[in-house]
Amino acid sequence: MASKETPLVMSGNSSCAGCGAILIARLVTEAIGPNQIMVIPACCMGAVATSFPKATFNVPVLRTAFASTASFLTGLEASVKAKGQDVTLVGFAGDGATVDIGLAALSGAIERGHSFVYICYDNEGYMNTGFQRSGSTPPGAQTSTTPGGALGRYKMEPRKDIAKIIAAHGIPYLATASPAYPADLKRKVEKAVDVKGPTFLHIMSPCPLGWGFPSASTVQLARIAVESGLWKLYELDHGVLRLSLSPKKRKPVREFFAPQSRFAHLADGTYQALQDEIDAEWAIIEKEGFSLRCETSRA
Amino acid sequence: MTSGRNMTATSAVAYAARLAQVDVVAAYPITPQTRIIEAIAKFVADGEMKAQFVQVESEHSALAATIAASSNGVRAFTATSSQGLLYMHEMMHWAASARVPIVMANVNRAVAPPWNIYGDHQDAISQRDTGWLQLFAETNQHALDMTLQAFRIAEDSRVQLPVMVNLDGFTLSHTYEQVVVPEPELVNRFLAPRPAVDWLDVEHPKTINGVVSPEHYIQFRALQKDAARRALAVIEEVGGAFAKQFGRDSGGLLSLEQVDDAEIVFVALGSAASTIRSMVRAWRAVGRRVGVISVRSYRPFPGAELAEALAGTRVVVVWDRAYSFGCGGPLAGEVKEALYGRNRHPVVLSAVGGFGGAPVGPTELEKALEWADAAMQSRPVSSETWFGVKAYRDGRTPDGK
Repeated sequence: MASKETPLVMSGNSSCAGCGAILIARLVTEAIGPNQIMVIPACCMGAVATSFPKATFNVPVLRTAFASTASFLTGLEASVKAKGQDVTLVGFAGDGATVDIGLAALSGAIERGHSFVYICYDNEGYMNTGFQRSGSTPPGAQTSTTPGGALGRYKMEPRKDIAKIIAAHGIPYLATASPAYPADLKRKVEKAVDVKGPTFLHIMSPCPLGWGFPSASTVQLARIAVESGLWKLYELDHGVLRLSLSPKKRKPVREFFAPQSRFAHLADGTYQALQDEIDAEWAIIEKEGFSLRCETSRA
Repeated sequence: MTSGRNMTATSAVAYAARLAQVDVVAAYPITPQTRIIEAIAKFVADGEMKAQFVQVESEHSALAATIAASSNGVRAFTATSSQGLLYMHEMMHWAASARVPIVMANVNRAVAPPWNIYGDHQDAISQRDTGWLQLFAETNQHALDMTLQAFRIAEDSRVQLPVMVNLDGFTLSHTYEQVVVPEPELVNRFLAPRPAVDWLDVEHPKTINGVVSPEHYIQFRALQKDAARRALAVIEEVGGAFAKQFGRDSGGLLSLEQVDDAEIVFVALGSAASTIRSMVRAWRAVGRRVGVISVRSYRPFPGAELAEALAGTRVVVVWDRAYSFGCGGPLAGEVKEALYGRNRHPVVLSAVGGFGGAPVGPTELEKALEWADAAMQSRPVSSETWFGVKAYRDGRTPDGK
């Protein structure tokens, strides 16, 4: 087992400058400690952190196919029970592997109640394969499969709200987090480790290349997402839902969208419409309290 | 001789999993496999089997979960059939290439469309090149015995590859036969307590199944190729050890009956070989020099052993219950390949049929024998015949001639 002094995420990775995911990986593995087995599917982390002969993680890593993070966790949990092992099982998967191709396996594993910590680092698209749209890409975004073009075919559809989908399973513990709030993120991971049963963390993972912003701005952009009220930090702990942070004076959403080239085509008027939506959403939260009701989602 | 119990091949497989003290079973229901996992679930629920039984939400996940469990060093088992096996396809490659010694029972069933739940081998043959070892059971007793042997073959350090035990849907899966269930103490002596896989040790962290460059990738494939080749000897060895311990010949690469002096030899997989055996006995009784070879190990394919066995034969009828469209009967093609380069070799006839539960019975086999006779008399015959196909609606005959 790695000693306390040894970093759990080592330099042997080829992540891009300013990668949100590797930062999240470091925070998550540090919060869990060396007694863990990680499952990583096809995703950015699978590509940048498991390149033979280098190894990034100082904990055992089992790579799997795109759809199989949660089914690997299922099998591992059964094997751990059979052997009487005491070890934390961690799934570390991107949004494509979670909200799209791996959703059935994840849903099944949560329904069956296996014990694991599932981390979805959400960079809002298939960034590893060249920035294609996923079910988690926000509306308006230009991606390589929603390129806009002469006909203006950008991503038009609302994103799947994966946290709500997972919450509908009656999962014991679910939280959203942001790499701009590392203490909050680590506290939530630590909490998840102690839960008996499935746990899910949905973490915003800014991607400088895919979103088109300077690599030095990753944490800043993640922070603006929270401060503008776009990315809500909350947890659902055994049925009790609470916001982890309520931005007192929300920053304009324009500050989140404007620096990203994937939204460069948005007309000025669009920002006001987006601002109005967010304001309306927070007006309801402030009046009625935060909820995961589907009718409050932005369409 | 220990007296048997009346049971289906699905029960026989479930008993084998129990006797092997499997640690993890992850599976998903599909006809005609389902009775295997139902029986295992009951064993577990009654406290007769200690396994972690997980009914997952798809076959893709069933195999994925089995792979993950095996990667953590426990004995893992699953079972499927037809569409389920096809749905596993991605993880089929994964299991073999990750070198996990898991065992799976595949209850052979036709693939859709059109929908058909009855037996043929298209499901198994479609997974031929995934890297799995594939054994074929002729009887319900084989289904039990081969499953036990499969664990020992898969877990052998010279092999370390997953093994699929094929048993014909309905012909075996839903038919009762006398099956001897071995004493647990004997099985404990035959199998190691657990496979020697230990990849996920937190004390010595490793990254498994990572990304490699082209120069390294082929190294992995070469190792896999060597292991599958080595399995030829291991399967024979394990079959011998099993026969010694349990007093039954139900393993090995090939099973030969009346081949030595035979002019005509049938070659088949699974329960069809068992039917042909009884026909061979009847033909022998009327003085026909006919023999049969049951190919018990389809992968690895015992080509050299088969060619050797067929050295003195004049006509070989290879029965395929699967087809490679645009090419031919898969087993027939492989038998021909095995004979390539020999100075004298028999005529190989490719018999195709028994699809979707259609019979490979006395009617078909008598016709096949007439065909083989014609070939033996050097009369012009077609090299491939589909059995049980009627003329099409426009009056054309199936072979287009």
